[in-house]
Amino acid sequence: MMVTSTFPVLPQTSIQRATQEPNWVRWLLIALAFAFLTLFLFIPLISVFYEAFKKGADVYLAAITDPDALSAIKLTLTVAAIAVPLNLVFGVAAAWAIAKFEFRGKNLLITLIDLPFSVSPVVSGLIYVLVFGLQGWFGSWLAEHDMKIIFAVPGIVLATVFVTVPFIARELIPLMQAQGTEEEEAAVVLGASGWQTFYKVTLPNIKWGLLYGAILCNARAMGEFGAVSVVSGHIRGSTNTMPLHVEILYNEYNFAAAFAVASLLALLALITLVLKTLIEIHNKKNLKERGEK
Amino acid sequence: MSIEVLNLSRKFGNFTALQDVNLQVNAGELLALLGPSGSGKTTLLRVIAGLETVDNGQVLFHGEDATDQHVRERQVGFVFQHYALFRNMTIFENVAFGLRVRPKEFRPSDKEIQSRVIKLLQLVQLDWLAHRYPHQLSGGQRQRIALARALAVEPRVLLLDEPFGALDAKVRKELRSWLRRLHDEMHITSIFVTHDQEEALEVADRVVVMNEGKIEQIGTPDEVYEHPASPFVYEFLGNVNSFHGRLYHGRLWIDDLEIKTHRHLANDEETAAIAYIRPHEIEVLKADDDETGIAAKVSQVTALGPIVRLEVTRSNDREKTPVRVEISKEQFRELQLVKNDAVFIKPKRINLFSPSKEKIHISDFVI
Amino acid sequence: MITLKQHSILPGFNLALGFTLVYLSLIVLIPLSAAFLRTAELTWPEFWSIVTTPRVVASYRLTFGASLAAATVNVVFGLLVAWVLVRYHFPGKKIVDALVDLPFALPTAVAGIALTALYAGNGWIGQFLEPLGIKVAFTPLGIFVALTFIGLPFVVRTVQPVLEDIETELEEAAATLGANRLQTFMRVIFPVIFPALMTGFALAFARAIGEYGSVIFIAGNMPMVSEITPLLIITKLEQYDYAGATALSVVMLVISFTLLLIINLLQWWSRRRSSKT
Repeated sequence: MMVTSTFPVLPQTSIQRATQEPNWVRWLLIALAFAFLTLFLFIPLISVFYEAFKKGADVYLAAITDPDALSAIKLTLTVAAIAVPLNLVFGVAAAWAIAKFEFRGKNLLITLIDLPFSVSPVVSGLIYVLVFGLQGWFGSWLAEHDMKIIFAVPGIVLATVFVTVPFIARELIPLMQAQGTEEEEAAVVLGASGWQTFYKVTLPNIKWGLLYGAILCNARAMGEFGAVSVVSGHIRGSTNTMPLHVEILYNEYNFAAAFAVASLLALLALITLVLKTLIEIHNKKNLKERGEK
Repeated sequence: MSIEVLNLSRKFGNFTALQDVNLQVNAGELLALLGPSGSGKTTLLRVIAGLETVDNGQVLFHGEDATDQHVRERQVGFVFQHYALFRNMTIFENVAFGLRVRPKEFRPSDKEIQSRVIKLLQLVQLDWLAHRYPHQLSGGQRQRIALARALAVEPRVLLLDEPFGALDAKVRKELRSWLRRLHDEMHITSIFVTHDQEEALEVADRVVVMNEGKIEQIGTPDEVYEHPASPFVYEFLGNVNSFHGRLYHGRLWIDDLEIKTHRHLANDEETAAIAYIRPHEIEVLKADDDETGIAAKVSQVTALGPIVRLEVTRSNDREKTPVRVEISKEQFRELQLVKNDAVFIKPKRINLFSPSKEKIHISDFVI
Repeated sequence: MITLKQHSILPGFNLALGFTLVYLSLIVLIPLSAAFLRTAELTWPEFWSIVTTPRVVASYRLTFGASLAAATVNVVFGLLVAWVLVRYHFPGKKIVDALVDLPFALPTAVAGIALTALYAGNGWIGQFLEPLGIKVAFTPLGIFVALTFIGLPFVVRTVQPVLEDIETELEEAAATLGANRLQTFMRVIFPVIFPALMTGFALAFARAIGEYGSVIFIAGNMPMVSEITPLLIITKLEQYDYAGATALSVVMLVISFTLLLIINLLQWWSRRRSSKT
């Protein structure tokens, strides 16, 4: 029988429980873990906001309302608004095929979906240069038709889509596999069409997983640096995303402005973590309720 | 080694697992802790092992206070309900574990460990599985390995938590008698927890019946079965018919059925009473020659194995509460009973309890 | 004829799988194959000389060395953090648990400039290290710091669920058999979590090898000293040396795929080891 004791960690009685370490060991381990996390996590996070506001709120506001900054924010939002829905549709389609059907080569397919995670961001950008760049496969054809993908917005979108391909699919696949096919089969037997089955049975069951994947996908899409850096061309006010804008400001020794824009991205990261935690809490509660029923 | 438990109490939040429990375990006996889930039996076992702390009370090993002793130092052998075998170790290494983790000055040599482990594996008749891993064994085999592992440290006490709970019926019966034989050979003080009354009555020297954190009764299997100390014990050990009635002037009234007793109770006031009658302690007759039977009708017949189970309803019971009766197959054949037959039933023994759970000893009665 | 899929009454298989394959091909497979096909235009000696110049070899050494060191530190402290989060109660535990994922959520460029500012000679942390003669920013040590940051969540998140799943009974059994806590940890707990620990290590290592954004700010990017391989690819690209950049990226891809294979094997091993019998 487990008793969840709240703080402090000291047991109620003087003797030590069989599966507990002595108190001094526990406090030592907690202290060590905190020291490590403080050094590598908490201080870097705090320093972003500190550096951003070091020169005062005026400088901060000026930095984030600068026309170049605003255009970078706009581009970042645009890219995410294209990349996330695309990968959402892909994630649902891939998870439907993988989780609801048995077919040969399934494991290979799962591995292929995970592939972009293991590719260096720089290489992710480079491969698009090789395909669409001036020296690339379609380079001369694109030039003839006066179309630009590399060093333009479409390249940024493509590179972002590439690095975020796995996020939603890998969230949905295990979830839908665990749910099995019984409910969908029941719906089909009761006469529902394919789309009806999906909307009325599958979608309500996966909506939280979908949201979870979309939030993580969005965070990466807005924050991607390496891949986007290769294909962007760094044209101020036109092909600069927020992370690239941070880099330019930083390299110009305009630290306060760089950290001001960075603080927006850090805020996005924090919001992502909060939403992610809320969904996890919700899922845990759901699971518990289902278990009790 | 003897064990004494004195005034033991343990709460988990608002839940009282043990409430002022006192128990004396004699050296060399095999004791069963029997009760429904939540009765505190497993908590009591874990307190004796040192796996659980106490709020109040003492545990004495051989007269010495062991309450604050760490489980490591208590030298108890504990067999877990789900065996808790280490899955990354072979069977041999599982059994050897307790010897290998001893401080250097007490650790036997590799050769000695080898021979002791093999001896134990032979004792549980599984030496041929020494180099397998736990997941390659059946449930019954794992159970025996868990026992061998617990015995390897030469425990002063052997504690078993629902030792047969996770096994199927046939293996359970085999292991039961095997454990009894093993205990008779080794004579190590042993306590096992079970919720299965048949298991407790069949295997143990003495049975401790627990309910809601308290001990209801301690006694030999015969004592607790034949002379239950409380309605709870009565109902927990086997089937029983209960009748709510009233008692006054030495007579028991169940509805309008009157049962006379020879003993005159001191109080002349009417008191409520519950009468318990075991199904096999009811006689079934076709004819009521001495006019002492109760008229009834057979409502259901289940003929399974050597015992035939009947359900009858008393003729003047308006609510038609079924009374369960068990008779032998031979009796059943003699009576040639079918559904809706009119019969007379005659309780051979009645135990009365007042609602305050106090026992009223009346077994000599006439109707 | 061998059928691709087993019979099912559910609709949409062809549509879903078809879309998945087309999308994957367009976005992932065809562009990736471009790297290999463009490299195939080189002869083997040409390729070999590009990927083994001293400057490139120095970048491999640095990338691998720093990644290995960072992943190792993350194994030790990741296990510690996972242990503390699973086993102990302390105020703010939920917040700490959520913040462990920060390196996943924080854009790498932000991490890069923040760490650089901290470890520079006048930074919060750098000002204490400089007098001791320890220079972090703009040295290989800085790369190690950045890679430790971005790899931090991997070990924690692979070990945490395995640790949560270990039955208390196993540890109690070890205690009744006379083992102390250290023995119980080394002999009973550690073998169970070891595959997960290795998986976390491999994931952190693989991530570190390819990392770019957080490193370039703090590295100093001195050829032969603090120049990582991904940066070298960008440098070659900016000099319009497409062949060189592509050859290097193929080397990186081969390394990534090998690591991916190893990670898959480790995960399979981990599931087998920690599955209850």
